[in-house]
Amino acid sequence: MSKEFELVVDRIKCDGRGLCAEILPERIHLDSWGYPIMTKGPIPDHLMGLAQRTVDDCPVLALTLRRVAAQKHRGR
Amino acid sequence: MSAPRLLAGPDPSRGSERRAEHVARLGPLPKGGHALVELLVHTGLTGRGGAGFPVGLKWRAVAASSHGSAVVIANGAEGEPHSRKDRLLMTSRPHLILDGAMLAAASVHAKQVVLYIGEDHRAALRSMSEALAERTDHERRLMRIVPAPARYVAGDSSATVHLVDAGIATPTTTPPSPRDRGVGGAATLVQNVETLAHVALIARTGTATGTVLITVAGSVNAPGVLEVNAGTPLGDAVQLAGGASEPARAVLLGGYFGQWVPAADAWTLPIDPQALHARGLSLGCGVIGLLPTSRCPVCEVAGIMRYLASESSAQCGPCFFGLRALADACTRIADRGTDPGDLQRLQRWSAEVYGRGACKHPDGAVMFLLSAMKTFGDDFAQHPAHLRRTA
Repeated sequence: MSKEFELVVDRIKCDGRGLCAEILPERIHLDSWGYPIMTKGPIPDHLMGLAQRTVDDCPVLALTLRRVAAQKHRGR
Repeated sequence: MSAPRLLAGPDPSRGSERRAEHVARLGPLPKGGHALVELLVHTGLTGRGGAGFPVGLKWRAVAASSHGSAVVIANGAEGEPHSRKDRLLMTSRPHLILDGAMLAAASVHAKQVVLYIGEDHRAALRSMSEALAERTDHERRLMRIVPAPARYVAGDSSATVHLVDAGIATPTTTPPSPRDRGVGGAATLVQNVETLAHVALIARTGTATGTVLITVAGSVNAPGVLEVNAGTPLGDAVQLAGGASEPARAVLLGGYFGQWVPAADAWTLPIDPQALHARGLSLGCGVIGLLPTSRCPVCEVAGIMRYLASESSAQCGPCFFGLRALADACTRIADRGTDPGDLQRLQRWSAEVYGRGACKHPDGAVMFLLSAMKTFGDDFAQHPAHLRRTA
């Protein structure tokens, strides 16, 4: 089983607060309307701590860390 | 052109075929089950609601996770503005659809069947409920009608589940897909009503029907629904619809989530889901719309983009704000003339919006727009300010 993770946004929950992009600008930037766009691919080890913080600190709990192998879904 | 299959029998315009006539013509309902699922895999039937997913594979997946409590949703929402084929089928051949739904229920071990019908499709609702009243006690206990709101996204498979569960016909976040976790948490098979009617015939004959229902719309002399053999050239279908009523500029294939094809390239295209897929096109829900040379494509596209923006269920920010911004930029070009900045914004925002909704609504709208900007590139690049709206 892969130990690589990526960040997945629940688009319906996401309100565009933008906290995630402040915590992890290396992987997340905001679109023209303030909603997060995730960099594709697994999160490097040295950023995993911050990625977990985006999940914990999201005010509307819209973020999850998901194993890359189990993720065959659209979205970014 | 072709021997009708779904629409064989009495003239569809005469209304609903009664059960006795249906059984006399086609014989009793065959058995559903594992053998039928494998037959559907073998015939290669694909869904006719728009997405074109292989039917047998979907039934297999739902049957595997059913545990005897699956749900079947026969999707007759038909929210696509120009499509009429599902309504015609529900109005004229309700028992084919009910047969297909019962076969699905037996094959995926379902304990309930929902007939999900657009609330504005009055004749279809009446026909289907009258047909349901003619079925056996067991079938009437299993099946019920749920009217669906007249919204574009109400036909999305997760929206059908959401309506049945919570009374709200908006899409939900997937995964889980309805196939894995749908109505009440049970594995749920959402299948378009035309698809189910094909199944009812395939189960009886053991072979593919070889036909598709299409709706020919726009500048043709006799717009409406046709059943054609798969592979029929698009130009032949237009002739069957009375021919073009004026010179055609382009054809929109597959409805508002479809793609534009210049008229010169369109007439030889085979009306066949697989063949079109191989060309990077899609039959989608089967709408073939002709745009005449007398209409301005930019104004037409702007009107459709405004419609699609207004049909966002307003749940996901990129769709709600993005489609509105795209529609506004299209409308500015249509009303005030081309602005190079707006053209750049259309490209940039399209890239930002694509793939960023819970459902495929933003993707469909963006693909439609990109296809329009490719097919009508010159029109977008030098549109005059004529302050005219077409929709």
